[in-house]
Amino acid sequence: MANEVCLRTLGLDRPWDIDQYRSIGGYEMLKKIFSEGITPEQIIEEVKTSSLRGRGGAGFPTGLKWSFISRNAPGQKFVVCNSDEGEPGTFKDRDILRYNPHQLVEGMIIAGFAIGATRGYNYIRGEFIEPAQRFQDAIDQAREAGFLGENIFGSGFDFDLNVHLGGGAYVCGEETALLESIEGKKGQPRYKPPFPAHFGLYGCPTIINNTESLASIPMIMEKGGQWFKDLGVENSGGTKLFSISGNINNPGVFEISMGTPFFELLEMAGGMKDGRPIKAVIPGGSSSPVIPGEQMMDLTMDYDSIQGAGSMLGSGAVIVMDDTNCMVKVLERMSYFYYEESCGQCTPCREGTGWLYRVVSRIENGQGRPEDLALLDDVTEKIAGRTICALGDAAAMPVQGMLKHFRDEFEYHIEHKRCKVGS
Amino acid sequence: MSEDQTVTIEVDGRELQAQAGAMLIDVTDAAGINIPRFCYHKKLSVSANCRMCLVEVEKVWKPLPACATPVADGMKVFTRSPMALAAQKGTMEFLLINHPLDCPICDQGGECELQDVAVGYGSDVSRFVEGKRVVKDKDIGPLVATDLTRCIHCTRCVRFGAEIAGIRELGATGRGEHMTIGTYIEKSVDSELSGNIIDVCPVGSLTSKPFRFHARAWELVQRESIAPHDSVGSSVNVHVRRNEVMRVVPCDNEAVNECWISDRDRFSYTGLASEERLTRPMIKQKNGWMETSWHDALNQVAQGLKDVAGEQLGALVSPSATLEEMHLAQKLVTGLGSSNIDYRLRQGDFRGQESAYPWLGQSIEALETLNAALLIGSNVRKEQPILGHRLRKAAVAGANISFINPMELDMNYASSQLVNTPAGMVDDLAAVAKAQGASGDIIDSAEVGDAHKAVAEQLKTADNASVLLGNIAVAHPDYSLLCSLAAKVAETSGAKLGFLPEAANSTGARLAIRTDGLNATAMLEHPRKGYLLMGVEPAYDFYNPALATTAFDKAEFVVALTVFRSPTIEAAADVMLPISSFGETSGTYVNAEGTWQSFAGAVSPKGETRPAWKVLRVLGNMLDIDGFDQDSSVDVFNEVKETAGDRQPDNTVGDATDSERKVAAGGLTRIGDVPLYAIDPLVRRAAPLQQTKDAISASIRLNAREATRGGFAEGDRAVVVQDGNRAVLPIEIDPNVPDSCVRVPAGLAGTEMLGGQFGEVTLEKA
Repeated sequence: MANEVCLRTLGLDRPWDIDQYRSIGGYEMLKKIFSEGITPEQIIEEVKTSSLRGRGGAGFPTGLKWSFISRNAPGQKFVVCNSDEGEPGTFKDRDILRYNPHQLVEGMIIAGFAIGATRGYNYIRGEFIEPAQRFQDAIDQAREAGFLGENIFGSGFDFDLNVHLGGGAYVCGEETALLESIEGKKGQPRYKPPFPAHFGLYGCPTIINNTESLASIPMIMEKGGQWFKDLGVENSGGTKLFSISGNINNPGVFEISMGTPFFELLEMAGGMKDGRPIKAVIPGGSSSPVIPGEQMMDLTMDYDSIQGAGSMLGSGAVIVMDDTNCMVKVLERMSYFYYEESCGQCTPCREGTGWLYRVVSRIENGQGRPEDLALLDDVTEKIAGRTICALGDAAAMPVQGMLKHFRDEFEYHIEHKRCKVGS
Repeated sequence: MSEDQTVTIEVDGRELQAQAGAMLIDVTDAAGINIPRFCYHKKLSVSANCRMCLVEVEKVWKPLPACATPVADGMKVFTRSPMALAAQKGTMEFLLINHPLDCPICDQGGECELQDVAVGYGSDVSRFVEGKRVVKDKDIGPLVATDLTRCIHCTRCVRFGAEIAGIRELGATGRGEHMTIGTYIEKSVDSELSGNIIDVCPVGSLTSKPFRFHARAWELVQRESIAPHDSVGSSVNVHVRRNEVMRVVPCDNEAVNECWISDRDRFSYTGLASEERLTRPMIKQKNGWMETSWHDALNQVAQGLKDVAGEQLGALVSPSATLEEMHLAQKLVTGLGSSNIDYRLRQGDFRGQESAYPWLGQSIEALETLNAALLIGSNVRKEQPILGHRLRKAAVAGANISFINPMELDMNYASSQLVNTPAGMVDDLAAVAKAQGASGDIIDSAEVGDAHKAVAEQLKTADNASVLLGNIAVAHPDYSLLCSLAAKVAETSGAKLGFLPEAANSTGARLAIRTDGLNATAMLEHPRKGYLLMGVEPAYDFYNPALATTAFDKAEFVVALTVFRSPTIEAAADVMLPISSFGETSGTYVNAEGTWQSFAGAVSPKGETRPAWKVLRVLGNMLDIDGFDQDSSVDVFNEVKETAGDRQPDNTVGDATDSERKVAAGGLTRIGDVPLYAIDPLVRRAAPLQQTKDAISASIRLNAREATRGGFAEGDRAVVVQDGNRAVLPIEIDPNVPDSCVRVPAGLAGTEMLGGQFGEVTLEKA
């Protein structure tokens, strides 16, 4: 089953246009919610039934997240969509914004209605100029058609949306840093608790969901939570967008059912480039630990399967590497990323990411020392679980994964001052 | 769980009672259990960024920061378990990898939190072999030195600025390792409380520029004292090495200054090193000033005073003198048959019945709890910075703070400011009184506007309101009117009437000095034959310096008990007796809230200087006046205590609302406020303070409309003429000055020959 939820508009000629979206039943669900008097409680129940889990990487159950908001509490509440999509290897939300922006708009309106929010923000990665414009156009069209604004279809429900462009910091994909950024402050994660459901944007109750999560909502409501759940497997309901890249013939975004075997996804992506053997796969964005290729070929693409192999499904960014890749070089590049993107707020991440990068870089450049691998193990342990946000973990996990599965390459590098690959 | 519920937690096996929701670190601190920390500061918001206070909490898989973990009933905490120690040591290692470890050349060495904690949690060998981070230092002004390579990014200084100083002058720019503390745009840190960032900085990243490289912490002896520059009476620690004051730092005193002090109190000690310090008695002779012995000098003074004894003698005493000094000065003057002694040197109006013992009207701490306040003629933020901070706390908590002033102030919180000419200030206050339903001559004729109604309403509806009079009000030519009106406003609104006394002992002076003779201005308007001056400079410490200078000029005999010599003192005096300064003498100040605060000398008197009380005591003996046989300042103190110890503060003022208005209503009125670093002889000589932005130099400030009217442009030199005296000063365009006014601050070089602080002036082209 492919392209049934977020990318269901792909066959259309101009899928970003409101008329075309409506031609396949778009915004009908929203109307139905108002005309049939579907209650917020029913919506949240349906989302819970769907077993939709946060598609941004953490996999937190969406329905549960929504239920944390006390929707009847007085005062402003917010729906925030996280389209910051900064995880290396991930480029799925971009395609939702480009090819199905109205479904996201509809999803956000429904989310707003479910939690009693009248205002939503979509925080879009600053480099996404064309996708952001598409989304803005979609907002404008929706407003003109009466789906946004005051008293939507006479329901008494007001809701409007704003686009907020990010400034290029990876850490702003972290939900509380994202809120700070919308507020005009430096993008730094907040210490939690309090969680955004209680103290979010401008201190108001807020839900923050990934683009894909929110774009899935209209289909969940239309076809039912059970339908969505049945698309996937136990504990991983629905379909999922995978952005697959690396040494493959046909990189791109594929919406497939949860639980689809990895080899099928690889086939969709055209298989390995030049027919080379698969060496390693990063299954869920650069933060997820690497999995050796042969092990990956036996796994299915769902939360439990990937977790069972010691990694994470994450954002669904699958990076495939063949045997020409030096894992030390790969790790050096990834560690450099986290070193550059640490916000600098808390000590272990600020200092530790730079340390990791420098040690890995030294090994890559033939200046490694025998004790360096133990040092890397130790430093990652001292970062993981001790920082304000998950960026510290994200920086530590790839190092741990690489050292677990490809330690021999690192040892070779240290001993021979050069690459094992190709020698 | 409600906030006031008590819960029981267990820390390292010890059972502790705590308020539900309190942060763990506060609970352990109160119980004396030490958890290492860097970013946590009891007066600042929690940021949880240093990760040094990570502890193990039962049933939580990862260590939690004690500073950001609220306690809950039954919580079991382990501060030194393997998990906690591993986390703390891990953080310590991270903090040290990029820290320069240049302790031997770091000013913080020996009093460094990082150093201290490293002893317990650091390793003796570093595993970090890479190059360390280096950060370019920034010049943030004359008071605070930066060494940003040492920064551990705790952001205490940033939070201090945002939360306490009330201006975000420092921030953390850049990400990750590149994060650095700075001002973003090259500029100085100008808060009047900026020096406190030196104390909150746990490492040697922010240090005192004037103190830098002058002494090591372990060479210093710490002696408690009381700051001498405003009526807060902040508790300070004077750090001394080899009988020299090396620096001044705050001493925790929750009721007065919490853990902060103003820059003025912190850096004024630098004035002690002034080349103008007078260290030996001097006598004026035909061919100039001659150093002499105490014996000869005192003999000459005794003779001089004897010659002018009786009502022809006037004594003018600095309001920063100690209670003991004031008491003996009063005794001496009385003994010489005079009743003329005063300390209200900057008061602009002596009509009406003044309050018997003016004070803040409440405790300093209580200022924080106000819901509304009206400040009349006060730039409290610069005049009494710590009181300004307390009021800011109230404002941040939602209090409505309003001002009636002759110029718009640069505030660090939301406030409403009624800005008017000095004459208009009286109208504004009368209008507020009228809006509240008060009546009286001047009130009935006032025109009430929306702003007046708003202020009146705020004062009336607030549970806890106060009407406060500041330094500008004291110098106002219609001070008695302002007092009466303020009292009416307070009475009709149920607000507390309070004074923001100007100097360290303005409040205490009332207990030691009887002002039943000629007042300060009358003594000058009706020149005396002889004067005794104590701790004052004629050209800078009087409401009308021209009047003072002339009076002293004409006098037959003037003795100046002074810490410094300067042209203005030398011109006025016949004998200069060198007295001990701040830090060198013992004594007592009574602060704004009426607290008697005694202190001992931190160092012995410099050179041949003597504490003023001793000088006065000996003079008393030489003049054969009874009651001068005290052996110590404590003996003097006991005398004051006996006569005035029971006096209760009393802000009752008489009704003077029918008084004639003195302040000029037409023409140009001078606004002669005293800038915060011009208030007394010591501060005026504190070189680092004089380099700050707040240390303005004398100029003629007027708004663009007035400038155009007079044909002046920014930077022009113009002549300001007051009472026939002329001063040539540069023009500065200042939108904060109202129409029909020129701001020519007092107490500054260049204003020596001008008249009253709020007199009529004219401008001429230079």
